[in-house]
Amino acid sequence: MSSARMRSPLGRALGLGSARDGVDAWWRERVSAVALVPLTAWLTVSILMRADKGYAAVVAWLKLPITTTLMTLLLIALFYHTALGLQVVIEDYVHSRIKIPVLVGMHLGCVALGVAGLVAVLKIALA
Amino acid sequence: MSSQSDRQRPLSPNIQIYRPQLTSVLSIGNRISGIALGAYAVGLVILLVAVASGPDAYAAVYKFIGSWVGRIVLFGGTFCLFFHFCGGIRHLVWDAGYGFSLRAIYLSGWTVVAASIGLTALTYVVGAILAGYGP
Repeated sequence: MSSARMRSPLGRALGLGSARDGVDAWWRERVSAVALVPLTAWLTVSILMRADKGYAAVVAWLKLPITTTLMTLLLIALFYHTALGLQVVIEDYVHSRIKIPVLVGMHLGCVALGVAGLVAVLKIALA
Repeated sequence: MSSQSDRQRPLSPNIQIYRPQLTSVLSIGNRISGIALGAYAVGLVILLVAVASGPDAYAAVYKFIGSWVGRIVLFGGTFCLFFHFCGGIRHLVWDAGYGFSLRAIYLSGWTVVAASIGLTALTYVVGAILAGYGP
């Protein structure tokens, strides 16, 4: 099901809705939440099982193709979900003229952190 | 139009006036835990960058996690994760159109409280056993 189908036909024709693409942001937040349910469960169990195994074991674990894949997916879903969630929080509580700069800074920060995490994961995997 | 907007209008009571209820506490709790988890996501990136940088950087991060401050931070993160995880699943069920009766809302609410406390406890018990403290 796509987000477009969650609007009424009349609402879609008139371009109604929260700033017209609010349903889209809402829907993307839900899709990333669904992805994060198994991914965070996997990460928690994995960290728990390797807490005290040392540096070499952590590197060896991150080098496994399944780990590299799941960690990449986790970072993308995590920072996407974080950006969408924090956007709603900022829109609810920040009403002064700094609202737009705060929103832009938050989104750029989430992209930067996600990319930094991805580069680190790929560097470990491909080293 | 200006006279209408200048007029003193009654305001809805501020949120502090209301007695906290399970529903309202879980609602703001889901938001607060989500914001906190944003900070823990930064921690995950720091950990990954440290591993990519080499054993020395990893040892420094690991030393912090092993300190008392680090342990308290990690405990808070574990609870926030399970709380937001369970609360998020509750929201997904609502988004699917189920569980809106008052009885269902309180049942799912207390389930979130019990499950997030239980899963946090379970994580630390399993962690202790794996670390060799258990039977």
